[in-house]
Amino acid sequence: MTLTADMTKGCPSGLAPAGDQIDGDVSAFVRKVGGEKTLHLSVRGAKCAGCLGKIEAAVGALDGVQSARLNLSTGRLAVRWEGGLDPNAISGCVSDLGYGAAPFDPDASEGAAKSEERSLLIAMGVAAFAAANVMLLSVSVWSGHGEMGEATRRTMHAISGAIALPAALFAGRPFFRSAWSVLRRGHANMDVPISLAVLLALGVSISETIRGGEHAYFDACVMLLFFLLIGRFLDARLRRRTHVAAQELALLQSRSATRLDRDGSARSVKASEILTGDTILVAAGERVLVDLEVIEGRSDADESMVSGETVPRAITPGMRLYAGTVNLSQAIRGKALADADGSLMSEIGRMLEAGEQRRSTYRRIADKAVSLYVPLVHTTAALTFAGWLIAGAGVGQALMVAVSTLIITCPCALALAAPAVQVVAAERLFRKGVFLRSGDALERIAECDHVVFDKTGTLTLGVPELVEVDGMKDVVARAARLARVSRHPLSRAIVAAAGPGEVAPRVEERAGLGLEAEIDGVRCRLGAAEWVGANDAPASARLQLWYGEGDKPPVCFTFEDALRPGAAGIADALKRRGATLEILSGDRAEAVAEIAAKLGVDSWRAKASPADKVERLEALRAEGRKVLMIGDGLNDAGSLSLAHASLAPGGAMDVSQSASDGVYTGAGLDAIPTVIDGARVASSRMRQNFTLAAAYNLVAVPIAVAGFATPLVAAIAMSTSSIVVTLNALRPHVKWRAT
Amino acid sequence: MEMLAFLIPVALLLGLTGLGAFIWSVRSGQFDDPQGDAARILLDDDEPLTERN
Repeated sequence: MTLTADMTKGCPSGLAPAGDQIDGDVSAFVRKVGGEKTLHLSVRGAKCAGCLGKIEAAVGALDGVQSARLNLSTGRLAVRWEGGLDPNAISGCVSDLGYGAAPFDPDASEGAAKSEERSLLIAMGVAAFAAANVMLLSVSVWSGHGEMGEATRRTMHAISGAIALPAALFAGRPFFRSAWSVLRRGHANMDVPISLAVLLALGVSISETIRGGEHAYFDACVMLLFFLLIGRFLDARLRRRTHVAAQELALLQSRSATRLDRDGSARSVKASEILTGDTILVAAGERVLVDLEVIEGRSDADESMVSGETVPRAITPGMRLYAGTVNLSQAIRGKALADADGSLMSEIGRMLEAGEQRRSTYRRIADKAVSLYVPLVHTTAALTFAGWLIAGAGVGQALMVAVSTLIITCPCALALAAPAVQVVAAERLFRKGVFLRSGDALERIAECDHVVFDKTGTLTLGVPELVEVDGMKDVVARAARLARVSRHPLSRAIVAAAGPGEVAPRVEERAGLGLEAEIDGVRCRLGAAEWVGANDAPASARLQLWYGEGDKPPVCFTFEDALRPGAAGIADALKRRGATLEILSGDRAEAVAEIAAKLGVDSWRAKASPADKVERLEALRAEGRKVLMIGDGLNDAGSLSLAHASLAPGGAMDVSQSASDGVYTGAGLDAIPTVIDGARVASSRMRQNFTLAAAYNLVAVPIAVAGFATPLVAAIAMSTSSIVVTLNALRPHVKWRAT
Repeated sequence: MEMLAFLIPVALLLGLTGLGAFIWSVRSGQFDDPQGDAARILLDDDEPLTERN
């Protein structure tokens, strides 16, 4: 079967909704090497083989394209071509197929993260190989105990050593390096006891082999490294996924804008190349990338992503537009008031940074466990050494026992305890449409006792819906003839209510007023009350639009920003989980009050600026509340990063998505109780795992201190503890409580 | 016992071959896009080699 471009739009399997359409010109992102050009696109909505085939085939068939390769794991498409193909044809081709496409610059840090992951994987492979082979030899030594001659045993040990020594030195590098770098600065972390145990075990085993002794710990050494590297690799993989998500912030900043040069020619430039004073052309439907002062043109601005305000505002010359605003009806020209670094976006960027710093002081459970564990284990080993000396043992024997104590207590299970649970929980949530960005997010979400919601786009759909029509259904159909030409959100709501139909000829869009056309000799208007002729229109808190035909009395359309599915039950679901609720919105008080009343939330605040939101969260933090913030707009980004934990819906601004700990997809809010339950289960699993690791040590340490920790005992004890914590992480949840 | 002198090197050689293959596959980027590779096998007209990047 060959998949062709003429199939259904978007993912053919229906796994993902069609992505957002691209905005702006991508030619600024083309890289040229010789005659060859490269463009990297971030593709949204590609999920299956059908998507892969469709995109690669369609892009590959474009004139001059040499290779088009889509990476499904990261959703990135790399295209190489020669000749004069317009790069916009490539992005246009992808969005015609029903996927969202945005250009991006692949950066160096991503390559570094990838190579770190690779080297951990290779180290893991080496450790696994060595562990398997040394274990074979060790088993024969153990089973031949008492019967095997000294020479044979020594040969076996020597071969084990020949495999384990290079393997351990190679596979242990990540630990040695990290331990050395912290030791030099006079600190200690988990890698210090690990490195010490591995190196001491190697040293003792070598000397035992040379002396022809009975016990060599080569197998313990490499097995230990193998288990530890599994945890390390899982951790690195989670972190890289986080990194990819965080890059979406850069994606927003690096979109292109149209700059008008002195000679009047329009050029597509990256947002980062815009300087203060440049003249920028913003087409209808395009997002503003830097703060602008409008020079020319009248239009409407959708600022819901910037302020949370749902009513579009009229744009007039001299007005200031913030980055993130969408220009709705007509092209405008503006003067850049600042470069991309100096705009509102970067102010929010600074808020994000402050929030991130605050959050980075959060100490993970694993760190707390290690800080207790490390000194305890090392003191025990030192005391063991001293104790055996005092009891009259030789230095060699005392050292042997002390080292075996260190090996058996090496934080193998401890290192696996948290990553195993995090990866399993993240995977489970992923299948339910929740994408977590960091492992410790689970711990923080589990602790939250107060939930703060943004309104527009979070509790509501952020898109107005036609709710009431005075009169007949066919009025809507007639108004839709005008509305179909406009990108205004209220026009779209009318079109959505009317369904498909005809478009009136020569519709004019009057910025700030509405739409006008002449149909069969009758002048029809759709727009503001006064303009249409409804002078005595009653004032209303709701969004309204009037429709008039000739001399007939105008008809009023009322709109409402509808609640998201699942929102009605969310308050109860969260209260049952012991959380209190609050709404912080940038929208008008009436709109917020209505939603709050519907949901049964007593505490709310309207007209909140980004700074107000941040301030409120600071106050809550000072009260000692642990806040879970849920929001989607640019105005929420600062508070999302400041909150103890945060979530953003899938349709949120990229900045907000990367400022939050997780993103939930799908239209409903049902995901939130699920995330909280999942986080609480994961958090308790981690605690159980640390308890198991501690219990293991309570049993293992006395055995080791007493000198009974032979390599066989060490191998059994260590693998048992690692397997037990992993199985505990994998254990299915008893039941996801119904929301 | 003489068998061991033969079997151990054979076991090691086999293991090393596997390890070599594993390292080669990691280096050549075969673990970079597990999702994509799982999907790609369903397509008939794919290109055989993963692009190195």
